[in-house]
Amino acid sequence: MSTGATLPRWADLLLLPVVCLGVALLAGAAVVALVGQNPGEVMAALVRGAFGTPRGLSYTLYYATTFVFTGLAVSVAFHAGLFNIGGEGQALMGGLGAGLAALAWSAALPAYAMLPAMLVCSMLLAMAWAAVPGYLQAYRGSHVVITTIMFNFIASSLMAYLLVNHLRPRGAMAVESAAFAESARLPSARDVLGWIGVDWPASPLNASVLLALLAALGVYLFLWHTRGGYRLRAVGASPGAAEYAGIRSRRTTMLAMALSGALAGLVGINEVAGVSGKIVLDFVGGAGFTGIAVALMGRNHPLGIVLASVLFGALFQGGAEVAFDVPGFTRDMVVMLQGFIVLFSSAMTYLVAALLARLLRLLGPAKVRHG
Amino acid sequence: MSAEPAGGAAAQAPDAVRMRGIHKRFGSVLANDDVDLRVRSATVHGIVGENGAGKSTLMSVLYGFYQADAGSIEVFGTPVKIRHADDAIAQGIGMVHQHFMLVDTLTALDNVMLGAEPGWLLGRAQQRVRVRLEALMQATGLHVRLDALVGALAVGDRQRLEILKALYRGARVLILDEPTAVLTPQETLQLFGVLRQLRDQGTTIVLITHKLKEVMALCDEVTVMRAGRVVQALPIAQASIEGLAQAMVGRKVQIGRSSSAVRPRGEVVLQARALQARDALGVVRLEGIDLDLREGEIVGVAGVSGNGQSELLDVLSGLARPQAGSLQLGPAHFGAQRWLDPQTARALGLAHVPEDRQARALVMDFAAWESAVLGYDHLPRYARHGWMRHRGMRVATASMMEQFDVRPRNPTLASSKFSGGNQQKLVLARELGQAPRVLLVGQPTRGVDIGAIEFIYIQLRAMRDAGCAVLLVSSELDEILALSDRVVVMHQGRMAGALAIADCTEATLGLLMAGGAA
Repeated sequence: MSTGATLPRWADLLLLPVVCLGVALLAGAAVVALVGQNPGEVMAALVRGAFGTPRGLSYTLYYATTFVFTGLAVSVAFHAGLFNIGGEGQALMGGLGAGLAALAWSAALPAYAMLPAMLVCSMLLAMAWAAVPGYLQAYRGSHVVITTIMFNFIASSLMAYLLVNHLRPRGAMAVESAAFAESARLPSARDVLGWIGVDWPASPLNASVLLALLAALGVYLFLWHTRGGYRLRAVGASPGAAEYAGIRSRRTTMLAMALSGALAGLVGINEVAGVSGKIVLDFVGGAGFTGIAVALMGRNHPLGIVLASVLFGALFQGGAEVAFDVPGFTRDMVVMLQGFIVLFSSAMTYLVAALLARLLRLLGPAKVRHG
Repeated sequence: MSAEPAGGAAAQAPDAVRMRGIHKRFGSVLANDDVDLRVRSATVHGIVGENGAGKSTLMSVLYGFYQADAGSIEVFGTPVKIRHADDAIAQGIGMVHQHFMLVDTLTALDNVMLGAEPGWLLGRAQQRVRVRLEALMQATGLHVRLDALVGALAVGDRQRLEILKALYRGARVLILDEPTAVLTPQETLQLFGVLRQLRDQGTTIVLITHKLKEVMALCDEVTVMRAGRVVQALPIAQASIEGLAQAMVGRKVQIGRSSSAVRPRGEVVLQARALQARDALGVVRLEGIDLDLREGEIVGVAGVSGNGQSELLDVLSGLARPQAGSLQLGPAHFGAQRWLDPQTARALGLAHVPEDRQARALVMDFAAWESAVLGYDHLPRYARHGWMRHRGMRVATASMMEQFDVRPRNPTLASSKFSGGNQQKLVLARELGQAPRVLLVGQPTRGVDIGAIEFIYIQLRAMRDAGCAVLLVSSELDEILALSDRVVVMHQGRMAGALAIADCTEATLGLLMAGGAA
């Protein structure tokens, strides 16, 4: 039996996340006030930093791009009933795949062939990386949470080993690969907008942001409009019913993990092909884990994930600005705010939902709904 | 049977339980609406009603699982507030749940002691508990092997252990929730003997059930609930099965035996031979099962739950593979090495209404229109080139709901939001909609209200009359007797007997179910 906290669908999808976000911001503001800062000023600086300038906006969207990829990765696995904690490692492998392709062929291939090749290689390597835990879960019963976490460490070590011992140009001090040729660089926002005559400041924002939107659309279509997606969701929502329907859950587990890995691998395109132009150490920087928060906040729906990614992107970018602008305010405060948002939009959602349902019932005679 | 408790002094004793004006609302559902309940001391009091009538909610309020929105409770004349099960136990109220609350890997003794250890040192505590329990067993006639692991005890023993556990904690009022659901007719009689003895020793017993025969046999008084309200409360001397059934449903109900007219024997469409299946632990679940299903007949599989019926359904539907045996399904032959899978089974015209509706038949989180194509998402009506056709799915669901009277008629509502009966109608609509040649049905009316039961029976008979071969597994003997043309009885994974419906009585079936010879 439910506890009576049944919200109308519109409130569940729209009002609830907004209210949760509001409560989180209030809690954050309270802490900001406690350490002797003016919450209003800090919030204003944060919003201004994230959205107030073309440059700030570009950074926000650049961070958001990465979070869309990792958030989608988490959500695809989640819909199949799997908790993929390995976004971090899969993203690293995506970058490695893209980078190796670029190192091998960028001198010879033109951009229109090079970039798709990098896309395919990043997805394939990340897919393969995620498929191993998928296989172990499906056929050997090793829990995917444990194995994906382990694979993060393996990926990170492998990356360091390859960069230090094999990919670093002879004599170079920095732990990074040689720079790719120009054909392996994704056009930046400045480039693209320049073509249509708009002057835009230089920033890491690049064409991957469009790829992120395409990926979100693709995930939506796959999950809710294809048989494969239907079956994947059936396995996740009710393994017993899926078995009854004759759906092979092991294959579905493999498929979900592979897709999830491929999506996480696209982070490599944003970072390696879009920004650095070479393979660097630790370019993922925790985005794999932020993806979990993004997926939770976005309620595992692509649209929600896109919105939550922008929010988290704004927090990253705006937070950095605040730390720069407001004396005595450190980045740790921004991390705390992120913590509150994750807490209120995931763990505490049901608490807020119950209160909200009661509030809505007080405000108007709720229509009697058949149960 | 007398409604008056034995002994003159007890007649003036306060009521064991008195609940007044109990209201309990779940969202928009009023589960208890101004319910009054009066249970006299040292009586057996039956509470009957359909599923969803509010019996369980009322007892959950009494046992402290839920708080009532309004109303008061008195126990033995004292007003009490019951916030947790602990409060209820402190007031002398004990509950035996339908699904036993026992730890399989502990001994019977440890299970009784769990949570009520009389001291820090377990060894000494065990000795003290053992002494008290043995005295209790002597006094009540409830005997259980105290050192056996609960996992190794028979179902009847586990139930006795649950009752002992409640009595050990000082229960003077014992609530039993559908206690006979898992028992053979013989075990039921035994249980009733124990309950009568407990009553005579002064324990008050509240029996929640929907089996009216049992109410007539055991109870002193009965309260009938319908749609969250009490519609009748009367001593058993004034009650009759017909009257109670009518009060429960609110109208006359006809669920008779099927006509005993002899039907022409159709062709065999499903033939299973020497099926043998073990579970993951290597325990034999099916052994030497031979089964023929013919066109146009309903074959009932009777048996106490857990005697291989579920495994039989799983094996025949392709959900599980047997270790040995063979199956002829229409033109196709399967051996244990290459067994059929659920998709192949469907393609061969075998439909399956599974026992566990919530875990198997529907994806509870899916909207009805998504659950309504489960297992059939490959049909061109529902998908083309890998893309789902949402409109086709919704249209099909709407017409299924129309044909099978699924309420509310809302294809976009989540599957979990429908009542048990309406979920089952949706499953039947989906499975029968494919015009199967063989239909496997498990517990078709479990958790389904009486009105829907009538409808489901009509549908199953219609399938049979249309030439479908139906295999019906049910733990309700009445259901087997009402629907079947032929009955097989399973006991410990084997076929204990096969009878024509004309030779079936509850006594003969009960004996076979318990492992005796016919």
